[in-house]
Amino acid sequence: MDTFITGKIDVKHVSIYYGKFRAVKDVTISIPDHKITALIGPSGCGKSTLLRSLNRMNDLIPSSHIEGSITFHGMDIYERSVDPVEVRRHIGMVFQKPNPFPRSIYENVAWGARINGFQQRLGHPSLDEWVEICLIKAALWDEVKDKLRSSGLSLSGGQQQRLCIARAIATRPEVILMDEPASALDPIATLRIEELMRELAAEFTIVVVTHNMQQAARVSDYTAFLTMDHDRSGILVEHGNTPQIFTNPVDSRTEGYITGRFG
Amino acid sequence: MGENHAPVFIANLVSRNRSERIWKNLLQISTLIGIIFLIVLLLNIINQSFGYVAIGYRVPPAKLVGPGQTLENLDIPQLAGILRQRVSPGLLKQLENDTPLEQFSQVNLVNLVMAKIAKPEVVKTWSFWQSLSMREEIKQEVGQLPETRLVFFSWVRPDLVSNSQSSNPLIAGVRTALLGSLWIILIAIMVAFPLGVGTAIYLEEYAGDNHISKVIRTNINNLAGVPSIIYGMLGLAVFVRNLAQLTSGAWLGFSSPETANGRTIVSAGLTLALLVLPLIIINAREAIKSVPDTLRQASYGIGATRWQTIWHHVLPNSIPGILTGTILAISRALGESAPLVVIGASTYITVDPANVFSRFTALPIQIYQWTSRPQAEFRNLAAGAILVLLTLLLSINAAAIVLRNRYKRY
Repeated sequence: MDTFITGKIDVKHVSIYYGKFRAVKDVTISIPDHKITALIGPSGCGKSTLLRSLNRMNDLIPSSHIEGSITFHGMDIYERSVDPVEVRRHIGMVFQKPNPFPRSIYENVAWGARINGFQQRLGHPSLDEWVEICLIKAALWDEVKDKLRSSGLSLSGGQQQRLCIARAIATRPEVILMDEPASALDPIATLRIEELMRELAAEFTIVVVTHNMQQAARVSDYTAFLTMDHDRSGILVEHGNTPQIFTNPVDSRTEGYITGRFG
Repeated sequence: MGENHAPVFIANLVSRNRSERIWKNLLQISTLIGIIFLIVLLLNIINQSFGYVAIGYRVPPAKLVGPGQTLENLDIPQLAGILRQRVSPGLLKQLENDTPLEQFSQVNLVNLVMAKIAKPEVVKTWSFWQSLSMREEIKQEVGQLPETRLVFFSWVRPDLVSNSQSSNPLIAGVRTALLGSLWIILIAIMVAFPLGVGTAIYLEEYAGDNHISKVIRTNINNLAGVPSIIYGMLGLAVFVRNLAQLTSGAWLGFSSPETANGRTIVSAGLTLALLVLPLIIINAREAIKSVPDTLRQASYGIGATRWQTIWHHVLPNSIPGILTGTILAISRALGESAPLVVIGASTYITVDPANVFSRFTALPIQIYQWTSRPQAEFRNLAAGAILVLLTLLLSINAAAIVLRNRYKRY
């Protein structure tokens, strides 16, 4: 765990509560820059909660609160003066179920850019070009270039998820959080998303929550294993290089989970 | 387990099919009864709106003109002559105040002769059904009456909409009431729509799930069930009496002796706005609630502010539901008469409302007033006015539905 001095995002002694229930207990983890970090663990271990705390999406649940600190560029994102909207502009999110806006494919990508103050400047791409760039980066351009004006909901599930990724990168974030991005997709669409994640890692820092251990092993550089403590709150068991976690885990619980003895 | 399940299976199927059939029939019957009531209602109104009318004259037009002539093909000097001969000198002086009769248009003169000399009056009316089934009897009966003409009359006619109130049912119309209703609806919706939708947005998107907001939500639901006359009392106390300075228009210099109190269109509009506010809030809340949370998360997830999320995603996706609520609100407000009676709608005015600080009457009040008259012909008139009200209601709703469908883009 100490192999990373400072990461893009540093989570220190974070506990997250829903009302009185503690969903995540004392997690300390560093998210390294330009790498893919996978959060794995059994259902209910708080990995999604932890992920959503990284860009303050948990703020939307009224009963939740957090202890500890999460720093981004050395600044605590939960400090009173920090606007969660600003945090989310730098740390974007892709959800489990593809959720494109019920608008045109073009608008899905352009809206995020527009509300983030996209302005046409000399030597920079126009909005149309920017939409094209984002769709190319999300490996969707070839499939949709002739129907940019049709509804985002008319696409297949895998295409919708890639549209959501294009939408997320259109706001130029530094970090993209992905909450089980392929769990609602078929194997072929899943494979495409995984390939896409590898390509995006060159430009973005990615944190991905997944149920699918093979997926974590295939795509991630680092893996964090979380599990449920005896009081049902999530704890971080082990965090390290993905090959090391999968071939030579330190903790017996990690080994048990990976070899399929529980979870 | 080699038992034969078939007999049990078939027996179960039979009883299941039977109960299924019974329920289906019961539900069909209840639907049918509802439809029958609606049809009877509509037939009843139509039955009253058309039919034979026996019109008697103080002086029959035939006596005014020579044999083989009608009033319509007389020329201006002839018509003016008839008027000079038959009308009292005082009235004549009044008529010729600006211009001599000879410079009136021919149509004007014919109308004058009819109104001032011939004076048509309804002697008797028959319903549509009677007119069809007892044609000969009616003709015979009218034939025995002196100076009486039988015409097949449609009480719903352009004149009904364009004429103002009159004590003569043949020329009475609903123009004043129609304009009053339109003004009132306009004010009510302009006040209630933004207030209601704003409240709904606040309650659903901003207010947390605490005790105070729960109390507010419950009470708004209860307000929707409060009898409308209570709103009338509220409007009377607040808008007509306490805020008379504002609602009479005195502060803008609109005050005239007859509108020197708060019994104005603006008071009525505000009262009905209060009445429909809970309806709009409840429907808008349901519509906003039905916008999936994943959509809000998608928007927040790419760094949208709360207001951007509401304005660009929540509202456009809930507009169909919000407009449905607005349709209900308009229909309710258009049909209300009790609160308007309480705040003092006029029952007999012939002057069009000039502005929102005018005295007013409304369609339901006009209809009520006509149905409560003893003469049968006013009930025919009321039936015609009901058709006007229904048409107005349906066209406003149709407009809202068109608007709603336009928002359902994807």
